[in-house]
Amino acid sequence: MDTNVKAAPRAQIYDVDVVRIDFPILQQAHHAGVPLVYLDNAATSQKPFNVLAALDDYYRRYNANVHRGIHKLSEEATAAYEDARVKLAGFINARSRREIIFTRGTTEGINLVAQTWGRAYLKAGDVVLSTEMEHHSNIVPWQMLAAEKDIRVRYVPMLPDGTLDLDAYAAILRDEPVKLVAVTMVSNVLGTINPIMDMARQAHAAGALILVDAAQAAPHMPLDVQALDADFLAFSGHKMLGPTGSGILYGKRALLEAIPPWMGGGDMISRVRLDGSTWNDLPYKFEAGTPAIAEMIGLGYAVDYLTALGMEKIEAHGHALVDYALDQLADVPGLTVYGPDAGQKGAVAAFSLDGIHAHDLVQILDAEGIAVRAGHHCAMPLHDCLGIPATTRASFYIYNTVAEVDALITGLYSAKRLFTR
Amino acid sequence: MYELYTEHILNHGMNPRHWGILRPADAEFMTDNARCGDSLHLTLRLDNQQRIIAVGWAGETCTISQAAASMLGERIIGKTVAEVETIGINDIFTMLGITVPNNRIPCALLPLKVLTTALYGPDVWYELEMDAL
Repeated sequence: MDTNVKAAPRAQIYDVDVVRIDFPILQQAHHAGVPLVYLDNAATSQKPFNVLAALDDYYRRYNANVHRGIHKLSEEATAAYEDARVKLAGFINARSRREIIFTRGTTEGINLVAQTWGRAYLKAGDVVLSTEMEHHSNIVPWQMLAAEKDIRVRYVPMLPDGTLDLDAYAAILRDEPVKLVAVTMVSNVLGTINPIMDMARQAHAAGALILVDAAQAAPHMPLDVQALDADFLAFSGHKMLGPTGSGILYGKRALLEAIPPWMGGGDMISRVRLDGSTWNDLPYKFEAGTPAIAEMIGLGYAVDYLTALGMEKIEAHGHALVDYALDQLADVPGLTVYGPDAGQKGAVAAFSLDGIHAHDLVQILDAEGIAVRAGHHCAMPLHDCLGIPATTRASFYIYNTVAEVDALITGLYSAKRLFTR
Repeated sequence: MYELYTEHILNHGMNPRHWGILRPADAEFMTDNARCGDSLHLTLRLDNQQRIIAVGWAGETCTISQAAASMLGERIIGKTVAEVETIGINDIFTMLGITVPNNRIPCALLPLKVLTTALYGPDVWYELEMDAL
């Protein structure tokens, strides 16, 4: 396949081939004789050696329950676990490690806020303002809460180009009793990057808090919760080189201190009596039971890896790839890419190919070694609102290359040949 | 290389038989395959002996689903409602003649789900699904 001279990135942001060596899964064949082209990073990312080694080392050398033991193994496990927490706090510029709650992922973080802050502070008639482009995890918890309490969920509409209607956003804030804005920083389908800093400022001016779904942002760009002034921010460790079952909920300390806990049990208490109990300090108030110790330690090592590479470089690499991909996709007859152009897009491209159902397309691409995803990607309202069918989604990360984008294009032509008879 | 897309599957999938909604219809059901956004609509016409005399499918589905719908339509034409009740999940796999990967099983079974629900109701389909999968 000839490289497209007009679009191939000239300068190397970092040496991708060197990075790829750190990921053992990328060295194996997908099918016999067919190398793996992994373009499903929005779903989950692959893991580098240092994360794998950290998981193995923990279980081999110092596995013990945290926080409750005085023996050496417990001390060591606790230190590594809390060290990971400090790393995560630094990763997003939180004021304190006490503002970092370990979760299983973004979905759990958002549900936690809905079930604690939402239950305690939302009153009849209040509005939670989500958006039409949200992942189901930032829609359904609010709908479930609305079924319990007499609140309403409203949605910031999308414009046809896949960006949010910010005039409508301002109007809803002005006209309705919005108490929480729940918005994604980067759409997992369209890649739309929302202006969170501005939206937060407007929300606060209107007396509302803002919860940010950073699942597709945290892995791909520098995050600063102080600059964003986010009240709550949730993301998934497994989408940023961390193990599955790892995630973070950030909350401003004053907020977290004022809300009741979610799950009750060991570790989140201070004193338990038969006639009542008191809660532990932050962040433990929200971490009941034995945590996913190995996973969070592994996530800490993922942060090390990303920080060493540099989040600005990672952002630039992703941007260059999606820019190239959009250029190449534009040349494929019958192919439609959804959402904004490369300038306003994260490292995600959702598209459809005339006459070929997304499932069939993804099946053919799989035969060519290419891993992408078909469907509505947990964003049914987004697909309904824009009137688009199930889409095929390619999502890029630090180890993806220009050659892999070329392989995707070749695969698309293979599918066209098979299904055009 | 594309083990799923045999001549048999592509034949039925790309030129599905019995396509087009029947009006009027004696039995009907429409559903969607929520995981991937597909929808499938079935209309049937029956005679006085509860024999299926016409089948009409419509919808937006993948090649596997369309192939299964087409083959199932051919299978049930001329059969009574009672005879059709014996068609089970394994029959669909046999009909398709391929090893359906786990992720495509919902695609392959969608037409049977729609047919079973149209004739016997959702509970019958639910039991079939729970037992077999």
